[in-house]
Amino acid sequence: MPLHRKDLLGIEDLSVEEINLILDTAETFRDINSRRIKKVPTLRGKTVINLFFEASTRTRTSFEIAGKRLSADTINISASTSSVVKGETLIDTAQNLEAMAPDAIVIRHSSSGAPHQIAKYVNSAVINAGDGAHEHPTQALLDALTIRHNKGKFAGLKVAIIGDVLHSRVARSNAYLLSKLGAHVSFAGPNTLLPHGFEKQFANAEGSVRFAANVNEAIADADVVMMLRIQMERQAGGFFPSLKEYSIHYGLNLKRLSLAKPDAIVLHPGPINRGVEIESDVVDGPYSVILDQVANGVAVRMAVLYLLAGGE
Amino acid sequence: MDFKEKAVVMTAADMNRVMARMASQIVENNPDLSNIILVGIHRRGVPLAERLANKIKEMDSVAVATGTLDITLYRDDLSTVAEQPVVNSTQLPANITGKTIILVDDVLYTGRTVRAALDELIDFGRPHRVQLAVLVDRGWRELPIQADYIGKYVNTTEHEIIKVMLPEYDEDERVIVVETK
Repeated sequence: MPLHRKDLLGIEDLSVEEINLILDTAETFRDINSRRIKKVPTLRGKTVINLFFEASTRTRTSFEIAGKRLSADTINISASTSSVVKGETLIDTAQNLEAMAPDAIVIRHSSSGAPHQIAKYVNSAVINAGDGAHEHPTQALLDALTIRHNKGKFAGLKVAIIGDVLHSRVARSNAYLLSKLGAHVSFAGPNTLLPHGFEKQFANAEGSVRFAANVNEAIADADVVMMLRIQMERQAGGFFPSLKEYSIHYGLNLKRLSLAKPDAIVLHPGPINRGVEIESDVVDGPYSVILDQVANGVAVRMAVLYLLAGGE
Repeated sequence: MDFKEKAVVMTAADMNRVMARMASQIVENNPDLSNIILVGIHRRGVPLAERLANKIKEMDSVAVATGTLDITLYRDDLSTVAEQPVVNSTQLPANITGKTIILVDDVLYTGRTVRAALDELIDFGRPHRVQLAVLVDRGWRELPIQADYIGKYVNTTEHEIIKVMLPEYDEDERVIVVETK
């Protein structure tokens, strides 16, 4: 079954079959990343533009490596070096890039919906690499690949997602993906950072999404604990008193982690604030699959580029 | 697409006999069996490579190494196909440099699959030699490629398709010619 779509804008409108296709394809690309020659000629002659209006190291590098390992030409544009600083509008930027005939545009923007807007104006495949507090589909897919590798399934898995859910596109994309595949997601964090009511969207999902009473309850008996980054750049509103207090009440330490299942795994989308949302002994401990997530990110992005930009 | 079955090219018993002959030709041509790797091309080349390995084991009591190759990412028509084909896994023994690789596929037709397979192999290392074994050679080559071991040569027209049916993927075991209607 192929991916019948031009763009990957979010997980919300993906079917279970499409999610599984991307994950299965990514599985093959994982092998390529461990070969001596980590490159296949599949996207030779294709051009992928990484258009990043927000700071990013991991995601941008990951997309760049993914494109290069498929033999595509990848070009990186960041907002600080683009004509955006000269006052060009988003649509004008997109249409100018489109005029140079790329095959895929990967976009990160601080405004929710920016990739969707661009997708309407260009023929290239548009891939959302994070839009505001909305979605970050490839992150959820790489998280899913990591979970599948460790747990072998999604149905019935208990997943705790802890932290700043309000501002987190990672939390949102994961909630869509995991509940579609039958997992049970529990959110927890400071009340000021929990978008209560969000769970109503998942009433018809195969799995479920809910807000736990507190962090310990969410983590209790969990198969997967996903910590969200405290987004310093989005905390001007004074959502919690201090980082120290956040760490005490909501951070993941070994004691709290002991409430989860003995074989639980710990995920974090990065970049990590050590000692704030997660303690170093957890990050570097045996439960942590944080670096596997990064490795799987390249494979997932290769799969998405192959499926969207490979054909005519 | 509808297919009309035109003729049976090989029965299961024929296939078995032919594979035994191909196995003995491989043994004859490669005195050092420990240096060869039978590499099946997805999908039907994979079980055929296993069968050849089994035949060689029956004959010479040598367990020949096997591997699998998926050529999807190396196809020359990827940018023109409407739907992206599913990618299967490629599994080769750790180091193929210096080895004799015997590529195994069910049908040799245009030669484009073998061209892709050769490109992919080279990305894994520098084999000493590469040979090609096919169950059926149906002609119509578009590239200068030929097989070293051929189960059966079958004259075909452009509109005919050779279907190799194997219990691993099909309900039957035989080789037939079908015509597209």
